Amino acid sequence: MNFGKQLKEGLITNNPVTVQLLGMCSTMAITTSITNGIGMGVSVMIILTLANIFIALLRKVIPDEVRIACFIVVIAGFVTMVDLSLQAFFPAIAKSLGVFIPLIVVNCIILGRAEAFASKNSVAASAVDGITQGLGYTAVLLVLCFVRELLGAGKLLGVQVMPSSYVPAGILVLPVGGFLCLGALIAAMQWALNKSKEKAAKAEGKEAAE
Amino acid sequence: MSVTRLLAISLGAILTNNFIFSQFLGICPFLGVSKKSDTAVGMGIAVTFVMGIASAITFAVNQILVKLGLEFMQTVAFILVIAALVQFIEMFLKKSMPSLYTALGIYLPLITTNCAVLGVALLNVQNEYNFIESVVYGITGGLGFLLAIYLFATVRERTEFADYPKSFEGFPIALITSGLLALAFMGFSGLEVWPM
Repeated sequence: MNFGKQLKEGLITNNPVTVQLLGMCSTMAITTSITNGIGMGVSVMIILTLANIFIALLRKVIPDEVRIACFIVVIAGFVTMVDLSLQAFFPAIAKSLGVFIPLIVVNCIILGRAEAFASKNSVAASAVDGITQGLGYTAVLLVLCFVRELLGAGKLLGVQVMPSSYVPAGILVLPVGGFLCLGALIAAMQWALNKSKEKAAKAEGKEAAE
Repeated sequence: MSVTRLLAISLGAILTNNFIFSQFLGICPFLGVSKKSDTAVGMGIAVTFVMGIASAITFAVNQILVKLGLEFMQTVAFILVIAALVQFIEMFLKKSMPSLYTALGIYLPLITTNCAVLGVALLNVQNEYNFIESVVYGITGGLGFLLAIYLFATVRERTEFADYPKSFEGFPIALITSGLLALAFMGFSGLEVWPM
């Protein structure tokens, strides 16, 4: 099992948000505070892992023609479980995430991974895929939350950290900030990935020349 | 129930609380199918159509669930209803309105996983709208989506030829553009028919 390789894919080279461009709605909507980001990230990770395991178990039973409908039912079941548990144990987080918890059902990350990975791979590999992709999603959420909460409200985890003379750039916690921050983040990732690709290409070119 | 209230709901759904720019519902098709303005309009019309019908049907389904004491099955029931509905509309249009079917064709199946549709069903329940309010909210929410995706597509057709840094190619520039559009839509905030 190459956990390391899958982890690198989930976090950087095949990150669900910045590379596969899945799950945009929730990413931009809820990243206004770190608490929200952790709540959403962990929920998605749990649902993604469970759904991946379950779909990998059933991959030989589910007929090809109705697979999407089957996947959606499985995912909706797990989402309902997580939704109810959040409401029971973390009512504050459930309230601030609101409609976006039930909407995980139609989050393209989960259906996308079910279709692209879990329906073709073993149970163990699918479980690892769920965890690593979930981590990648959570990492992106946390980066966005950090920037938007720190600069937009001057706080981290609800605690004032910026000096009182700092005037928060309130626009960042508004919907506009979501679009702009995610755009900038994806651009930065593309820049970094292109750069490392260029480097690799150059190194290869050198070796070939020698 | 008054006309004023319906008007306020419509105004909110189209402008002040636009599904795309202030609630972040339906971003995937918004970014995915907005490269050309005519396909964007096709998608917008299909979404409006499905959102209106889905609001009506999920309202009825929710009444049944509440009566049976099965509210916790809402998410599962709604997504199944929406998936079945989209399939059904597709078959119905194919038989009775082939011209509309070919126009919407490829967009219809995509709508099942459009979070705006499930979102409007859940928001109708959350806001405790009655039947007419739900349908009005669904349709006007769809119109808001249509307005947003059309505006965005027309801008995007022009940014194709703009000169921007290479790292911003593709999605980042689209996100920045929609961020600026969202900024423009913020101008509508605070707009009210009259205080209720």
